Amino acid sequence: MSARDAIFKRLRERTDGPLTPPACDFSVVTNRGWSRTERLERFERLITSVHGEVIHAPSGDWTRRLVEVLAAKSIKRLALGREHPIAVEAREALKAADVELVDVDRDIETWQREQFERVDAGLTSTSGGIAETGSLWLWPTPDEPRLISLVPPIHIAVLDAESIEDTFFDVIEAHGWAQGMPTNALLISGPSKTADIEQTLAYGVHGPRELVVLLRHAAAQETSA
Amino acid sequence: MSMQDDAVQTFTPRDFHRQAHDALGNPQIRANFRKAMDGLMTKRHDSFGDWDLETLRELGANIRMRALAKLPELLEQLEANCQANGIQVHWAEDGEEACRIIRELCEARGAKAVIKGKSMVSEEMHLNEHLEAAGIEALESDLGEYLVQLNQQTPSHIIMPAIHLNTDEISDILHDKTGTERTRDVDYMTAAARSQLRERFMAADVGISGVNFAVAETGTLCLVENEGNGRMTTAVPPMHIAVTGIEKVVEHLRDVPPLYALLSRSATGQHVTTYFNMISGPRKAQEHDGPQAVHLVLVDNGRSRIYQDDELLDTLRCIRCGACMNHCPVYTRVGGHTYGTTYPGPIGSILMPHMLGLEDTKDLPSASSLCGACGEVCPVKIPIPDLLVRLRREAVGEGRGNVPGAGVKRNKKEVAAWKSFQWLATHPGAWRSGTAMAGKLNMLMPSKLGSWTDHRTAPKPAKTTLHALIKRHRKQRSDV
Repeated sequence: MSARDAIFKRLRERTDGPLTPPACDFSVVTNRGWSRTERLERFERLITSVHGEVIHAPSGDWTRRLVEVLAAKSIKRLALGREHPIAVEAREALKAADVELVDVDRDIETWQREQFERVDAGLTSTSGGIAETGSLWLWPTPDEPRLISLVPPIHIAVLDAESIEDTFFDVIEAHGWAQGMPTNALLISGPSKTADIEQTLAYGVHGPRELVVLLRHAAAQETSA
Repeated sequence: MSMQDDAVQTFTPRDFHRQAHDALGNPQIRANFRKAMDGLMTKRHDSFGDWDLETLRELGANIRMRALAKLPELLEQLEANCQANGIQVHWAEDGEEACRIIRELCEARGAKAVIKGKSMVSEEMHLNEHLEAAGIEALESDLGEYLVQLNQQTPSHIIMPAIHLNTDEISDILHDKTGTERTRDVDYMTAAARSQLRERFMAADVGISGVNFAVAETGTLCLVENEGNGRMTTAVPPMHIAVTGIEKVVEHLRDVPPLYALLSRSATGQHVTTYFNMISGPRKAQEHDGPQAVHLVLVDNGRSRIYQDDELLDTLRCIRCGACMNHCPVYTRVGGHTYGTTYPGPIGSILMPHMLGLEDTKDLPSASSLCGACGEVCPVKIPIPDLLVRLRREAVGEGRGNVPGAGVKRNKKEVAAWKSFQWLATHPGAWRSGTAMAGKLNMLMPSKLGSWTDHRTAPKPAKTTLHALIKRHRKQRSDV
């Protein structure tokens, strides 16, 4: 008998007989009822508490903030997509800037060492945010592959305030994740960290040491931002 | 004990008592664990601050119970959905078979270097030794695991593998093994490990990880981590092998958020970890990174035997957060290595006897004061104290006899002593004359009663029994 068959046989012929599955009440992980302001406030407080940096920007003029961030952090080589509107706008805005743009729509085998050693930051879009935990959620694409948010020392993520939802459970339900998952789905909450050396926090152990969230606010809310 | 002595020391559950004695006499170990566990208890408590924790634990327990109730169906569904996603699924009866499957997958690719994300199942089956014997280098990439591996040790905690080492010791290890400067600068040491390991990620032929939750509904493997080494392990090398126990499956994707909320807070007191990585297949044709092949190895290794018994079944609800050890007064004092098993602390004491047999682990279920803290903090409400008692019964042959090594601690004299006690205690006349007699003869009571009196004074029967005292007291009152 194969291992598979033997395992299934034991599980199916259980000594103490079949089990009754209990009902599960999920209300404790949903129905937060937060207002837009509460959601935003909570998102920012939580992601900041784990060393994420939030920079507010008006939707219409967000690339100006991007240019400022790149200058402030001396980012000379920026990896980014080509097709996503965020990448398109960033590329346009950075034409004149003293920043080299690194294409990421290439098979990693052709540029692994370059990505590991010669990229200062990765710029990505995000699919949304989670207020309860201060998290970003990303479904990497061929245009913005998964390693861009992981390998470079700084990750700059662009998030629309309107796309922040209350809880992880709400996101999974509202966006029908169970109907079809991508190759890789990610929640990111802050930069890479470790406390393995005597509980002392250190950032950037394997992934980025900095996470910058460019939080875009639509025109109507610009004043409050 | 110096660190160098520590490095060559091997631990076994057979020597629990001697190892506990050594650890209790080691101020370094005691200080390291005390400090870490105190911090973790406070952080966990604070992180659940604004939650209805009891309701959340109830949900977590029910989700895990539902998954176990449907385990065969869910495993079939997981297999089918993983295969549909392009993940190849393998089954292993025990650790040895799982090691062989993984080695053969590596050999088929001509792999020489494996990079590993944290996986307790791989520790359970001694995968690194197995691969190294076959000429395949297996390098741990979680910082704590890396340090422990450099120091030729095993993890002393399932979430914080290097918790037994302090900053100076770690500085020495990195200096001796990798040539870094001696320092107390944690950022420097972290950066050094980062650059050492980045080379290894790029050079690795295979990445091996564990799994925190395997979702049957979508064929998705979920990994919880802070460092990013788990993402690196599963995304950088051309092949990813995930290895996990068959009990890690959950039915729905919606089951994941409550378990994740419980896991991160219970484990380290974090409201969320840095990364939650959900993998549902290898790199697709149009994608530019990620492994070309993904394998899932599902390991039984005693789990389906635990599954047979309604009471023992609860053991399989575990989500491996480590809260039970963080809150255990025994673990905090003796540390993780003392147990001599892959999983230390309360969860180890109820799990390892099934994997290794009670012959080797007979002291573990007794390595507890039954204070109940482990059961109280368990995020999926495993009645750990009850299970410790059950295994004590099994060890002395008073259980159902369905745990390997059951009855190993059975002692004829002890059985006879309890039988006599039972007879006395259920025969009031004999009890009264017996206790009165014992009181009169209390000078004859031996002052040494085996290991019981190593750290305690032997009990002496009172000159006057409680019965006699009450009788006298009542008489005096009625006389007034």
